[in-house]
Amino acid sequence: MTAATFAPGELSKRVSPGTAARNVLTLAWRNLVQIKHNPMELVDLSIQPIMFVLLFAYVFGPAMKGSVEAYLPIVIPGIIAQNALFAGMSTGFGLNTDIAKGVFDRFRSLPIARSAPLAGRIIADTAKQAWSMAILLAVGFAIGFRLGTNVLALLTAFVLLLTFAVLFSWTSVYIAMKVNEPEKVQIFGFVVIFPLSFLSTAFIPNTDGIPEWLAFCMDNSPVTQLVTAMRGLLVGGPVLEHALIALAWGVGIALVFAPLSLRAFKKRA
Amino acid sequence: MTYAIQADGLVKRFGDTQALAGVSLTAPAGAVLGVLGPNGAGKTTMTRILATLIEPTAGTALVGGFDVVRESHKVRQLIGLTGQYAGVDEMLTGTENLVLIGRLLGIPRRESKARAAELLERFQLTDAAERAAKTYSGGMRRRLDLAASLVGRPQILFLDEPTTGLDPRSRNGLWDIVRGLTDDGVTVLLTTQYLEEADQLADDIIVIDRGEVIAHGTSDMLKAQVGGQVLEVRPVEAAQAGTAARIVGELADADPELRDGLVSVPITDPGLMPVAVRRLDDAGVAVGELSLRKSSLDEVFFALTGHHTDDIDAEAGELAADKEGASA
Repeated sequence: MTAATFAPGELSKRVSPGTAARNVLTLAWRNLVQIKHNPMELVDLSIQPIMFVLLFAYVFGPAMKGSVEAYLPIVIPGIIAQNALFAGMSTGFGLNTDIAKGVFDRFRSLPIARSAPLAGRIIADTAKQAWSMAILLAVGFAIGFRLGTNVLALLTAFVLLLTFAVLFSWTSVYIAMKVNEPEKVQIFGFVVIFPLSFLSTAFIPNTDGIPEWLAFCMDNSPVTQLVTAMRGLLVGGPVLEHALIALAWGVGIALVFAPLSLRAFKKRA
Repeated sequence: MTYAIQADGLVKRFGDTQALAGVSLTAPAGAVLGVLGPNGAGKTTMTRILATLIEPTAGTALVGGFDVVRESHKVRQLIGLTGQYAGVDEMLTGTENLVLIGRLLGIPRRESKARAAELLERFQLTDAAERAAKTYSGGMRRRLDLAASLVGRPQILFLDEPTTGLDPRSRNGLWDIVRGLTDDGVTVLLTTQYLEEADQLADDIIVIDRGEVIAHGTSDMLKAQVGGQVLEVRPVEAAQAGTAARIVGELADADPELRDGLVSVPITDPGLMPVAVRRLDDAGVAVGELSLRKSSLDEVFFALTGHHTDDIDAEAGELAADKEGASA
């Protein structure tokens, strides 16, 4: 007795690079077309950042720098960075939801590139990140924030932020592989990102007066490096060194969490 | 004879938990193979190995003649999978869900849309085609999920407990669909907890328990082995239950079970029922309740293994396996 062989000539041996690229774009479309049915998601992506900008600017601004306007160059880049970290959790949240709902299994049973479900999601999430950053800048401009540099620097700021966000989102992918419910990804993210973004210079001009050991940690945190580079690109100031350090942190985080995620996924499946 | 699915000695361990203890099975091309077993028996683990989602710890499996580990990409071009949890994107409409699969399979946009419309029509989802899947009922979701697994016209289809949790009407609808598929020559591997479902749909049935195949044969063969039906008698006087048990036991030539005044015995010949009524009457046993029903999975298990399905333990085992998988 032999095993039946089905259409042996028509089957491809592996996914070609062109097919893989198309798989990724199709799955990115899938993650973005959801917005069409649920426009509230765009509002969700916008409301929290807007609220943060207004609250921080009007409540802390006068105490911190004497006026709202004087605080904006500090707080706008800071909130952009913090928001990117929070938004990065949606990658893990969505991934965990797909796994819990069986959608991920369906994709993996198809003859598509193994990396396509994750890559498609990351591309879609990057588009959402760009939208959030644009909203934050628009609100900033509306209440008196001014670009101190030029359009090229502004575009560079987008590229820097989105690159860092993609690298950092591997932490949320890892969490998604380790927990059972999507909600836990959010809780975990909140517990990690809240202190991470506040233990930096995202909302303050410098670390003067902070206990020395803590100031040292804050000055060298990836968020501080990212925020300083973003300030340089949007307002003016040093960029290159801080941007490189921030990206090095990002690459380091990805190098640790990407293999960990892969391993956790294999164990889980 | 050619086989569409051929598994040999599949073993899967999650940490210390053994989900499969060496399962071998074959499904002839164009047939429906029913895999019957309680929660935690290893049905889902086996399906996931055959559908290339996980690799076996030991053993081999050929699907469509290709090795599920070494030639997984080829296997994926032949199969469709409908899991226990409907794998549809709840945020997308019915049409978008199917077009998405079509696009991923490399079917051009226009053709994908036509194929989606055709499948939605076939599964009576046309009216809901432009609604988000999250608004669908349980039965509609399963139908959409099944439709999604058919977009690529698979030659081998895995249905993992396709009707668990569905109401009887939706379940019957799904059965009709599965029967229609086999008319198209598709080979189906169907896992189920319901004896009736396997009986209705499957040409061949394997029964698995605790990761092992414990019986294999056609539905009729299994029934002959375990008794296809159960005769139940409840005497008006509980004190007469013993007498009733003796009478039906002798008639059926099987050991009757007596529980809370209800006597039940497996029978293979439904013609025994009127005889039983007469004998009970002759013995002066007043019958309060008399019924003939199909054997439950539990009874099949009891007959095959001597132990009940102990679903609760089994379920706990499966949960433990899941946890193991997630945290290990």
